[in-house]
Amino acid sequence: MTTVQTNEPQRIHPYKFTLWVGLGSIVMMFAGLTSAYVVKKNQSSWLEFDLPQVFWYSTFVILLSSVTIHLAAKAFKARDMGRYRTLITVTAALGVAFLLMQTWGFFELEAKNIALVGPKSNSAASFLFVITGLHMLHVLGGVIALLVIFARAYSVKVKSYSNLPIQLAATYWHFVDVLWIYLFIFYNWIG
Amino acid sequence: MSNEAVLHAHSDAAAHDAHGDHHHEHHHHETFISKYVFSQDHKMIAKQFLITGMFWAVLGGLMSVLFRLQLGYPDATFPWLEDILGKWAKGGRITPEAYYALVTTHGTVLVFFVLTAGLSGTFANFLIPLQIGARDMASPFMNMLSYWFFFAASIVMISSIFVETGPFSGGWTAYPPLSALGDASPGSKTGMDLWMISMALFVVSSLLGGLNYIATVLNMRTKGMSMTRLPLTIWALFFTAVLGVLSFPVLFSGFILLIFDRNFGTSFYLSDIFISGVGALPNEGGSAILYQHLFWFLGHPEVYIILLPAMGMVSEILSVNSRKPIFGYMAMIGSMFAIAVLAFLVWAHHMFVTGLNPFLGSIFVLLTLLIAVPSAIKVFNWLTTLWRGNIRFTPGMMFAIGFVSLFISGGLTGIWLGNSALDIHLHDTYFVIAHFHIVMGVASMFGMFAGIYHWFPKMYGRYLNNSMGYIHFWVTIAGAYLIFWPMHYEGLAGMPRRYYDYSIWESFKQFAELNRFISTVAMIVFAVQLLFLFNFFYSIFKGRKVTVQNPWNANTLEWTAPIRPGHGNWVGEIPEVHRWAYDYGKDGKEFIPQTTPVGADESHH
Repeated sequence: MTTVQTNEPQRIHPYKFTLWVGLGSIVMMFAGLTSAYVVKKNQSSWLEFDLPQVFWYSTFVILLSSVTIHLAAKAFKARDMGRYRTLITVTAALGVAFLLMQTWGFFELEAKNIALVGPKSNSAASFLFVITGLHMLHVLGGVIALLVIFARAYSVKVKSYSNLPIQLAATYWHFVDVLWIYLFIFYNWIG
Repeated sequence: MSNEAVLHAHSDAAAHDAHGDHHHEHHHHETFISKYVFSQDHKMIAKQFLITGMFWAVLGGLMSVLFRLQLGYPDATFPWLEDILGKWAKGGRITPEAYYALVTTHGTVLVFFVLTAGLSGTFANFLIPLQIGARDMASPFMNMLSYWFFFAASIVMISSIFVETGPFSGGWTAYPPLSALGDASPGSKTGMDLWMISMALFVVSSLLGGLNYIATVLNMRTKGMSMTRLPLTIWALFFTAVLGVLSFPVLFSGFILLIFDRNFGTSFYLSDIFISGVGALPNEGGSAILYQHLFWFLGHPEVYIILLPAMGMVSEILSVNSRKPIFGYMAMIGSMFAIAVLAFLVWAHHMFVTGLNPFLGSIFVLLTLLIAVPSAIKVFNWLTTLWRGNIRFTPGMMFAIGFVSLFISGGLTGIWLGNSALDIHLHDTYFVIAHFHIVMGVASMFGMFAGIYHWFPKMYGRYLNNSMGYIHFWVTIAGAYLIFWPMHYEGLAGMPRRYYDYSIWESFKQFAELNRFISTVAMIVFAVQLLFLFNFFYSIFKGRKVTVQNPWNANTLEWTAPIRPGHGNWVGEIPEVHRWAYDYGKDGKEFIPQTTPVGADESHH
């Protein structure tokens, strides 16, 4: 088998490829939701309101986390494990901070008497809540993935030289970052 | 990444020595659990999908027999019905609630559990690695998860049948408000919650499966297996997976909004509703049509998710058993591609009468009718493959020809329904029932049967019984036409679908005998499926043994593997591919397997 395989040109790793296709399907889900948002907006009784201020800060945080995970992947490649550990820890922490800030944003809206769910809610706010919440779940998934490779990075017993896990995690992390940027632009200027 | 690495990365139980020179024998120990239950072998997962799908087919079919009993004999009482259904058939007559629950569950189960999971779950798993020359899927572990999510979905769906208020009964499309308001009907209570959980699990299952199928087809092909040398089965299963991966998430987003409307008081789909006994609801500004858009954006590709695998397998089986190359290989791929693209652009033809802008409607009419072009190309190619072939009428071949017949009959009525003007009269009548049951339901079942009869020897190392196969085929095809053909007349006369009792309607009284006839045939056809089941399970253990590696004299790679392949499929090296899959009757040779190098004196095709 080895002879069969090694003769072939370098192909993308199947897991990486699978991840990309999976990202495509996540894109379709958010495309479905944001098109529903557009359809709904053009109908009657749509509540106009400003996005919570904190979303601007959370956008900055998630952008920053993309930079840190990129540096983490580079550090791993250079086998600079100390730096690598610090950077994925920072990335995961930034992810958690992002989640907290988004939650803060929801409270901000509720405080302004804009109900997100429940009988008094307008679907404008509900859409914001559902779409943002769903994105938060995806970020949470990324945080969990980081925790897993974080545990591996600190494990003394298992020495791992494959940079596949960090690459997969980084790709996914950049994706949820870009997804949020899209949503942020969508809420503010498109939708 | 090599096939070896994928196989070894996750399946410790099935690992064999990849580094030694003698990694040919499976000298590892497989436990019962790792071999039959939590198996990561794509062939075992395929069998798990198949048998679970068959279980659902029996249950879903039985449900249709029960509600056909009500439609055929609306005045009669059957005391035994009360014995099995209890309060759902008080006095031996199915209650309206039970009738709607049966119709809904029949639809959900047949569309998703049988014809999606049971069909593409089975054959994508079984055929993709074997026909492209891979040891297993890109991720055997995800593949296993895919089955177990389906299994969990099945358990939840079954449990919904037994809750006090009954399973969901608002139709398989689960339109709000019936699906969004627990107070709307008994079936909208716990039954709907379970329906939703089950469907969410099912979506996860098909996404995990679909991702794997795509990654496998694109990355794991053996040496020499270029995309244009793939058998058409693989192309079909590939397009199926792409459709699933792109459309199921949209359904999922529709479900998420539905969950919020149901449980958290939002108003995505609900507006200005008054329920008797409850009063006016506070929900305002929602749009039920929005759900229909999201649902049918999946719903229409779903039709092709069901149909494409059948098309692919039929192409392969027709070619093998006509002893002729498939006619128009590239045209077949092109038309499947066209179908896959158009599948996403026609969803609103399910919504012509929802108040859709007529101008928009006319665009959807055009796009819908365009599907006739690739469909006609495919039919033409199947017929020309058969033309002057040296046909072997195996049961698999009979079902494949039956598929072509049904696809033509059902496809032609699609041209009627695709017209928004005709649809004003025909929508939600028995004409629609007849159309989609023939073209999608029965045709795909035929594709599935064809696949089972054809690949059973590879799956179990034994043959199915031919005599039972022929009885199964002739009764089923005659029955399918006898059941669904008359429904066209009923539909043209305006008979609406989903009514509980037509005998009280002056306009539809005339169809009493016809309805009884349809119900009778439905029961006979159902009984014959039990014969098939017997054949299937009997033959697994007692069928005639396969003694040759390539019983159909076919070209594709699965027939180069051992008669009962182990995990890893091939002993020794994976075969290399030198030609396309359809060199039948070339240069005086009856067939030339894909592994045969191209000779110096060989003619070009």
